Amino acid sequence: MLAYVVRRLLATLPVIVMVAVVVFAMLRLTPGDPAAIIAGNDATAEQLQQIRQSMGLDKPIYQQLIQWIAQLLQGDLGVSLLSGTPVLGMIGDRMGPSLVLAISTITLTVIIAIPLGVTAAWRQGRLLDRAIMTLSVFGFSVPTFVIGYLLVYLFSIQMGWLPVQGYRPLSDGFGPFAERLILPVLALSTVYIALIARITRSSIIEVMGEDFIRTARAKGANEHVVLMRHALRNAAVPILTIIGIGMASLISGVVVTESVFNLPGLGRLVVEAVLARDYPVIQGLILLFSFIYIMINLAVDLLYPVFDPRIRY
Amino acid sequence: MSYNFLARRYATAFTFKIALSTAYLFAGSASAQTITAVMQSGLRVMDPVVSTAFMTRDHGYMIYDTLLGIDSNFEIRPQMAERWEVSADQKTYTFILRDGLKWHDSAPVKSEDAVASIKRWAEKDSTGQVLMTLVSEIKVLDDKSFQIVLKEPTSLLLDGLAKLSSRPAFIMPKRIAETPSSESIKEFIGSGPFKFVASEFKPGLKVVYEKNKDYVPRAEPANWTAGGKVVNVDRVQWVSMPDQMTAVNALQNGEVDFIQQVPFDLLPMVEANSDVKVEVLDKLGNWTYYRFNHLHPPFNNELLRQAAMHAVGQDDVLKALVGNPKYYKPCPAIFGCDTPYASSYGQDVVVPSNIEKAKELLKEANYDGTPVIVLHPTDLAMVSVQPVVIASALRKAGFKVDLKTMDWQTVVTQQGNQKPASEGGWDIFSTYSTLATSGNPFGNTTVAANGTKAWAGWPDVPEIEALRLEFARATDPTERKGITDKIQKLAIDKGVVGPLGQFTVPAAYSRKLSGILPSPITVFWNIEKAGK
Repeated sequence: MLAYVVRRLLATLPVIVMVAVVVFAMLRLTPGDPAAIIAGNDATAEQLQQIRQSMGLDKPIYQQLIQWIAQLLQGDLGVSLLSGTPVLGMIGDRMGPSLVLAISTITLTVIIAIPLGVTAAWRQGRLLDRAIMTLSVFGFSVPTFVIGYLLVYLFSIQMGWLPVQGYRPLSDGFGPFAERLILPVLALSTVYIALIARITRSSIIEVMGEDFIRTARAKGANEHVVLMRHALRNAAVPILTIIGIGMASLISGVVVTESVFNLPGLGRLVVEAVLARDYPVIQGLILLFSFIYIMINLAVDLLYPVFDPRIRY
Repeated sequence: MSYNFLARRYATAFTFKIALSTAYLFAGSASAQTITAVMQSGLRVMDPVVSTAFMTRDHGYMIYDTLLGIDSNFEIRPQMAERWEVSADQKTYTFILRDGLKWHDSAPVKSEDAVASIKRWAEKDSTGQVLMTLVSEIKVLDDKSFQIVLKEPTSLLLDGLAKLSSRPAFIMPKRIAETPSSESIKEFIGSGPFKFVASEFKPGLKVVYEKNKDYVPRAEPANWTAGGKVVNVDRVQWVSMPDQMTAVNALQNGEVDFIQQVPFDLLPMVEANSDVKVEVLDKLGNWTYYRFNHLHPPFNNELLRQAAMHAVGQDDVLKALVGNPKYYKPCPAIFGCDTPYASSYGQDVVVPSNIEKAKELLKEANYDGTPVIVLHPTDLAMVSVQPVVIASALRKAGFKVDLKTMDWQTVVTQQGNQKPASEGGWDIFSTYSTLATSGNPFGNTTVAANGTKAWAGWPDVPEIEALRLEFARATDPTERKGITDKIQKLAIDKGVVGPLGQFTVPAAYSRKLSGILPSPITVFWNIEKAGK
């Protein structure tokens, strides 16, 4: 097992290097000039050239790449071209809200979606199953920002229960932290609850036709035990896979949610950096996202044997 | 809605709030009186000499002060300067600093600081660069006074030092002002009415200012950037919100106090709220315009530029961009209507859409069907509509048009490309600017007409360049107005710039705020807030 983990970790290195080089090259080939953004719309060509020189953007691309890689090897992601702030610090500042949003969303999703999926499978073809599946189609089809606006309208504007926007760290107290998190988590969870409930239902229905379920029932096990101990455990692998994919796709999901609820997270930072062509920030973020993707996949792979002992590494 | 229902609803809300906010009670810290403002974008570039971004400029007015200010009658007034004296030959200006000026680190402001700041500003600024060709010497006389000696009389000196926008001449400590003008400053200490709180700065997200308790405001009432900058609150925090709908909801919910610019489509929401006031603070407003590429066909042909200008109608653009006539006005003046250099020349050319006239000119110019590449940014509401209306008008007149869709930052990069359209260049792009920036021949970058050295579009009209120099040397207001009228005529006749009309963008704020000053720059002095 340990050897497998080490092998997988080592395999991430070439992937990260490739991502770094490709992102670096793509950014330089994309139209856009950070100097033009810094100087403002009415800058002359001479002023732009001066700024490019001062930031080293006039150097050949390969020289800029070598310089960046040399910095990376020392653990330095560089500084933002616009604000002059270290990229590592910017990512650190923005990591909290995104992490909290992602973890809360996945937790809420698992807590709600799996029981819903199991219930739907248990009552397959009946009214409850149809109701759950109709709701899941709704949750799956309505864009996150629409759900976000509806929640804000209802709970913030009409009821006055919760703030419209913003983020407070836990260090400011649990109340301010939680009240700003409820609506974004609900909005972002909807789609994942719908997705995971559907996958759970179909996985369990598939397992329910297996011989061992019939054997369990023949042995006199009650329906609850059949569902939870026999069916759910055996259906766990596809569910776990989809949760892993969901966590990875949350990285893109948070962009919209962070904008609608004004959360100062990584999603917003990506959009801002791309629009401003802030190369070091984009590069740093994409490296971080690649690393997160790889780590989530690794974690999911390592969890498989927990649910299915037939899988060994 | 019954009383019982309401009572139940608010009782539930109250219970919910109590449950969530227990930590507030235990924290028990008294919060300072703070204005939370949603600005048009996040502050990222902090150096007001390096960047002309509006946010950078507004940040500059918070923490720095200017030697001179300007009021709503376009009169130049002393600000950091107690007064200035002019020699009989109008070539020597002596500036005397006010008593009590201090930097945010408590060091006194000295005349050497002002001299270093003016020199750095003049290296970058369009007015400053011309001004320096007319300056023979800038010298420190003592800690409180300095002298600027001119080679010949000019009004540009006072105009430049009182410049409202697009690189005002902010005064910084000498050690900071000695940073090369091509590099951004790293320390943000001014002598202005607010102090920058570095520990709370989140680039692009939030910037916090606290009241500068050592600031000594002038005695006169505040008026634009002149007069007493009296701060009545402890803190001002600017936040950026990528989604304007969220900003409007937050204002309605009392989470923010002020929105600098409310999008036109969301105005009905805030106008319907009795707790919110909607007001145009920048009454000078903005002008929108388009530029031709003078270097390559088809618009290296003056007749075709004229044809395009006849085809495009300002009403069509303004209706699509703004919608509500309360906030827009057709205007042919390249220095803006309701400004000292307003002009009606070109009214018949640029205001109505005259497709028949455009067709005649197209025929006369023997237009060969060369496609017109129009750059079309889609990510910014203020600039995304104009290209579509322009393209439609040009097509009606008989032009072949290729609308190229891209994001705004790509437009900004593309607009500097002097190559022909076949090699990635362009023929038309449009944008907008504030009239605080564009109200004279030096602030208005579109009238520079020195060919490939000019701003994007590169018109080559030596007569305009000569007139700009004449303007720099003129000291009589009537003479200056005459010169700008001539520039207006040339700019329209030669198709240097195509004005698309003027508009204002209202701000919205909580009625808890009072004393908000109308000004082309959003200023936070003079404002009082009821409650925290």
